[in-house]
Order: sequence, then C-alpha cells, then structure tokens
Amino acid sequence: MSFSGPLRRSLLPRSYRSIAARYPCPKRRCLSSAVNAAAEVPREPEGTKEVPMTVGDGGAGTSRPVKQRAGSDRLVFPGAVNSKFTNRLHFRKSDPEKAIDTYRVMDTEGKIFDETHGLDFDSMKEQTLKMYSSMVTVSIMDQIMFDSQRQGRISFYIVNAGEEGIAVGSAAALGEQDVIYAQYREAGVLMYRGYGLDEFMNQCFANRKDHGKGRNMPIHYTSKRLNFHPISSTLATQLPHASGAGYALKLEGKEACAVTYFGEGAASEGDFHAALNIAATRGCPTLFICRNNGYAISTPTLDQYKGDGIASRGVGYGIDTIRVDGNDAWAVYKVTKEAREIAISQQKPVLIEAMSYRVSHHSTSDDSFAYRARVEVEDWKRRDNPITRLRKFMELRNWWDQDQDSQLRTQLRKDILKAFNAAEREKKPAISKLWEDIYDTPSKDQREQMADLKDVMHRYPDEYDVGMYEAGENGVVSRR
Amino acid sequence: MATRLLSRTISATLNCRTPSVSNRSIASLSRAPYRIHHTPSPVSKFSIQQTRTLASVSDSREYTVREALNEALAEELEADPKVFILGEEVAQYNGAYKVTKGLLDRFGPDRVIDTPITESGFAGLAVGAALAGLKPITEFMTWNFAMQAIDQIINSAAKTHYMSGGIQPCSITFRGPNGFAAGVAAQHRYVSLPLCYASLSTQDYTAWYGSIPGLKVVSPWSSEDAKGLLKAAIRDPNPVVVLENELLYGQSFPMSVAAQKDDFVIPFGKAKIERVGKDVTLVSLSRCVGQCLIAAEKLKSQYGVEAEVINLRSIKPMDVEAIIKSVKKTGHLVAVESGFPSFGVSSEILALSMEYMFDYLDSPAQRVTGAEVPTPYAQGLEAMAFPDEDLIFKKVAGLLRV
Repeated sequence: MSFSGPLRRSLLPRSYRSIAARYPCPKRRCLSSAVNAAAEVPREPEGTKEVPMTVGDGGAGTSRPVKQRAGSDRLVFPGAVNSKFTNRLHFRKSDPEKAIDTYRVMDTEGKIFDETHGLDFDSMKEQTLKMYSSMVTVSIMDQIMFDSQRQGRISFYIVNAGEEGIAVGSAAALGEQDVIYAQYREAGVLMYRGYGLDEFMNQCFANRKDHGKGRNMPIHYTSKRLNFHPISSTLATQLPHASGAGYALKLEGKEACAVTYFGEGAASEGDFHAALNIAATRGCPTLFICRNNGYAISTPTLDQYKGDGIASRGVGYGIDTIRVDGNDAWAVYKVTKEAREIAISQQKPVLIEAMSYRVSHHSTSDDSFAYRARVEVEDWKRRDNPITRLRKFMELRNWWDQDQDSQLRTQLRKDILKAFNAAEREKKPAISKLWEDIYDTPSKDQREQMADLKDVMHRYPDEYDVGMYEAGENGVVSRR
Repeated sequence: MATRLLSRTISATLNCRTPSVSNRSIASLSRAPYRIHHTPSPVSKFSIQQTRTLASVSDSREYTVREALNEALAEELEADPKVFILGEEVAQYNGAYKVTKGLLDRFGPDRVIDTPITESGFAGLAVGAALAGLKPITEFMTWNFAMQAIDQIINSAAKTHYMSGGIQPCSITFRGPNGFAAGVAAQHRYVSLPLCYASLSTQDYTAWYGSIPGLKVVSPWSSEDAKGLLKAAIRDPNPVVVLENELLYGQSFPMSVAAQKDDFVIPFGKAKIERVGKDVTLVSLSRCVGQCLIAAEKLKSQYGVEAEVINLRSIKPMDVEAIIKSVKKTGHLVAVESGFPSFGVSSEILALSMEYMFDYLDSPAQRVTGAEVPTPYAQGLEAMAFPDEDLIFKKVAGLLRV
C-alpha cells in the first residue's frame, strides 16, 4: 500500500506541513527509532510538489515527515507509525492472566526482599522514623476526628485508614518545590511535608486561623508554604490542574514536578482522561498517583471499570506507568523517586497505580457495612497494614520497640487533643471574610453589601450574636 | 461529534477552494471565507458610518474585530512572558476563526499551543498553569464547546481564590465566539457557510457566566471594545470570560490612535454610550449594539425619536449607574440581547430597573431577546429565533406609542 498524492493532500492541509517544517522537534523522543525502522525521510524528486505526511509526538511543531516504504510489511500513518500488517482477524482482549505486575520492596512482615533496591536503608533511620511517625499521627488524628464528627463537633471528616503508606511513602520521595494537587485522602502528604497539627485542626474547625478563612468544609486543606493547592470537592478536577502546573514548571525551566493524587473511582471522570492525554501530548512533568483502594464510595472496583486497572489506561495514553503495592511504603517511596526523576529529566508525565484497601468508610457520611461485610474489612486489617509493615521493618533493624511505640502514640494523642481543643475554642473568621477574595479586591457591590450589613447590625444589635466571630461587630470592615 | 465534524469539514472545504495559493500564504487562504463579512451588508455599512460619526480622532484606522483581537493577543504575548494561549487549532491552523493568525510564527509552539480535542483537559491545564502563576488565554472554538469545561471555569477558576483563603489567585482568560452566528445580514447573502455554524454556535452564555461570583465577564462589540477588553482581561488578576461574536469578527470599525497603541485597555464595569438620545434608553451588548443603532436611526427618521444606545461592554461587573443616569433622562428602558429570555441578561437589567430606577420610569421596562427555543437550523426559522433591527424598532415604537 502506498499513498497517492491526492490522499495525502486530503489528510493534511498544506499549511500544516509548511509550519510544522519550521519547528523541527529538538528532542524527538517520539518513537523515532520505531519510525526509522519502517519509514524514511523522503527526498522529494525534483520538479514535484508532493509533500509527505508528517508524524510526531503530538506537541505543536514536533511533527516530522514519514513515508511509507514500498513493499513494507508495516503501516505508517501519523496515528500508528509502526503497525505490522496481518492477515489474522483478531480482536485484542484484556487478559486477566497477564495483569501488570505490582512492585514490592518489603513483605508483610517488614522484610526487604532484595537489599539492592538502590535504597541505603542504614542511612535512612531518621527518615524512616519521620515516615512512621507521620503515618501514626494521621491514624490517631483520624480516630479522634471521626469521633468528633459523630459527636457533632465538626460536620464532616474523611479518614485515611489503610492508605497512609501511599501518601507518606510518596511524599517522602518528593521535593519541597514540587507542587501538590491532592484529592482528599492524602493527609499523610501534608503531615510529612510539615503541616502542623494546629493547621489541621484550624481547618477542620474553620476558625479564624484557618488558611482557607473558614470557607471550605473539613479536610479541604491548603498550604502555600508547602506548595499544596486547596483540595476541591469536585472530583478529578485537580488532575488537569496538575498537568497545567507541570506545564508551567516546564516553561519556567524549574527542577520540580507537579504531583496529583486521585482514587480509582475518580479515574472514571472525564477529567482523568483529559489530564492524562494533555499531559502526555504536551510533555508535562507531572506525577499521577492513583490510590486504587477497592471502593469508590460504595461501588466496588469491579463495577467501576473493566480491564487491567488504572495502570492499563496510562499505557494507553503513552505514559510511563507502574503498579505498586500501596501498603509497602518503601515501594511507594522508591517508585515515586524514580518517577520524579523521569518526569523532570525527560519532561513527561508518569502514572503510578498504588494498590491498597480502604479500611475506613468512604467518609463520615458513609456506612460501608451496608455494602461490604465487616469480616472482609477485619480480614484486610489483619492481613496487611502499611503502618504495621513499616513498624515491623524498623523492629527488624532494632530501631524500634513496643515501648517506644506506645510512648509515641500516647504523646501524639496528647498533642492532637491539645491542638483540637485550642482550635475548637478559637473564634470564627471575621464576618467581612465572607466577601473578601471573591475577586482580588472587593467589587463596589460587595463593599456596599458590607456597609449595609454593618449598618443593619449596628441598628439591631440584639438580633445579631456576633461574639463568636473575630472582632465581633467590628469584623465587618467597610472600605467604601 | 457531529458538530465537530461539521466544523472540520468546513475548514477543509475552505482550504480546497483555493488550491493554487502557495503554502506560505495562509493569511489569504483564511481570508477567503471571511470576505463575506467585508462585503457591505446593511449592518456593517451602517455600523461603520454610525461609529465614524462618533469617532472624533482623524487618524483613526479601520480594524476588523478579528484584527483587533489578534493585535491584543500579540501585544500581551509580547509584553508578558507569563502569557500563553492554547486551544484547538490556535497554532498551526491560526485559529478556527483566524483570531490567532501569525502568533505561532511569532511566539513559538511553547506559547501558542494546539491542544487535543478536550475542552475539560485544556481548560483544566490552563487553570493549573494559572494557579502556578502563569497567565493563560484559553480559546474555545465556540462557547458551546466550553460546556465540556464549565466545571473547570466555575468550580475551579472562579472559586479557587476564595476557597484558598485568598492565597491562590487564578489569572486566566477564557475567550471565544458566543451567541448567534448566522445573523440576518449574513443569512441573506451567504446561505451556505454561516448557516453551517448556526446550530453549533447560537446559544448565548452571557447569563450563565454572568451569574458566577468570582468571574468577570465582558462582551465586546466594536474593534476598540475587542482590543481594550481582551487586553484588560489578560492583565486582570481574576478569571475573565470574554464572549466574542463570530459575525462581528469580519466587521470593520474605526480604531482611534489611542486604541492602536499597546497600552490601550478598557476598564471593566464601564459602559459606553454609543448614541446619545433623550427619548428612550436601549441597553445592549455584543452584536445587538449594532442592531440597536440601526433601529435607533430608523426611529429617528420615521418618528423623530432620539434613542440612547448603551453598549454594556462589561456584564460582570455591570455599569448600573450608566443605565440609571440614562433612564433618569429618558424615562423609558428597553434591554436588548440575543440570549434566551428566561433568567437572562435582560431579566437582570429589568430587575435592576425595579430596584434602582422605578421612580424614573414612565413606562414598564421592556426587553427584546432571543426566542425560548433551541436554535433551529433551517434558514427562515433561525432568523425568527433572534431579535433583529425591525423587532427592536417595533418594540420601542410600541412602547413609546408613536
């Protein structure tokens, strides 16, 4: 099969080809070797005006000419540059017997399979303790906050049980300049990066010290200091943002990447596919970290998607992909470190699918025993747990013992309750915060509304109990 | 999918029509189909004359709205390295409507970006880049396609600054053609081409975005509007929605010397009195401003009625004071827009008139809007779905009982 002139012309307008030719791809990471095997850069016979088809990795100006070689056994299209012809009619299927491997570093007893994983554990004692302590803190904080929601002291909470290893393991491998777009079950990332207990509590109680000025529901943390973008309730919107943040880092030439977290349920959203496709085509240094925890609220994974998990989607988008045991904090650490290296040095996205089991209910609004057996959860808890695994790892190295563990847990519980009580007693944000930050400066209408409210409150003081807000009545600042 | 196919087919057809044109002259290739708008039609002819009488600077030059937008983009890309533009076909094809003509050549593929056909994807990427400190300009092939990305525009772009406690600004511009695409003038002369776009580009989203706190929304009519508002949008630290109109792209307007300079911006929240009058106030936006001016001329010639025509320019924030001032003078108010009647821009203007202008009105405020039907495709039906000069004329005449 060869392409005749008219067919080529109809496939791509001339304008494309001429402009594309002016922007030769400097890196040409695209399938170049594969293309070269099947195609050759054409030499136009003199006197003809035929222009060849182009092929590239999708980025603007990265396309370059390819040509079908006469008698070739392969097809050369811009969209499939190295596809062998076959006479066998055969539909390719997702084969459950050939699922993508799951990377592991240590077993459920904390024993390292192969000490040559490139991790010098002996020098990592301090980091290990930090990781362990972060995971334990999250798990104790979760218990306290879950109970406090049940007591009606906060409106909502999401616990991280069973998934602490993914958040903390990955966070430990990231740099301070890396930009984080999380979903909502990644408190461990913040904990490891140094978000204070008071900051967690201030956010959950939406008090005057909350960075978000009391505008977000609990667990929707944000921290400019830690490069952690505000968590959004709308599912999966953070994924394209991470692609964009990665693109911004690329344009600015920074040695950092964007990192986004999401669940396997969120991967059913269109934004997931949009984000992966655009990150791949634009070469964005972005890590997509999927927490595949078995349930999307009540929908079990098997009803959520078909095929070989989220990892197979990454491969489909032409993205370097790996599946990892999410209960193995060291495996998560290792793959994140490698992925970050790839993303930054090769300027492209990487997908990590971290497998785990959601021990907790989806949120405080959910009772998961309505759709799964209690024994299933208990089995999982007994069989494997990221915190236990890391503890056993430390115990095997004589870094840790039972006494130290109970001491740590007692101290953490005390610290958390202290921050909890302080945050609960703290005043709510000033009333004028209601209008601020809708735009960079309040609009005329908003300033007028503030002044009106101040006026009404002044005239009817008995109708407005403003004692709980910072600065009370004076918290309404009108700047006409 | 069908609509996408349609627009692709049209693009392809356009190229095929001029096969002899050399590779490099993409400009002339692209101009060919749009020449229809340069052909004097009743609307454009009038508009030019009308604005000429208002433009006082003798050194003004004729600009099409397309050229004005292009100049605005080029100047802002030049001025600020943080600015970049992305969208479907904006780079190699120079934009589906050629608004981004020449930008790829000038600024390169890192800053003028062809995206996959994924509105939620590239709008989301742009929001992410804005959150990271860049200033993206997102072109939607039409605002209809932006429905795929409305979650990103509203839930992410508009709200993040507030939800983050003011620490996370999102300086981003969303732009593209909005509202009806095949108006009366084009329809009479060129049935085939503009009508192809009709069914995919004839919904007006002004009210949708105008209702969202956190967004700013502008809708240019003339070339000066287009340049000044777009430049202001790109510089603004907030997310701004720029609702252009496809039928105006090819229309020429005079551009004053000041507006030709690269520091020209139009402040948001300021309406422009396009025609001074004393008998009735016509408040309008986008292409309907031109229709109002024609209706106003006809009202004058037939009844001696002097209508004041207000071009809102900026929908959010809206210049309510300009409307109040005018109504104080005229005592009558008619809002004119091409959107659906329910919960629309004119509904808002009429509600504002009850709140702020009740005492000044000598008659109930009225509105002229698009029909409450999904825009039909067939030629005659489509015309009936949108306001035209005659309808505005009749409505005002009826209101004033002349």
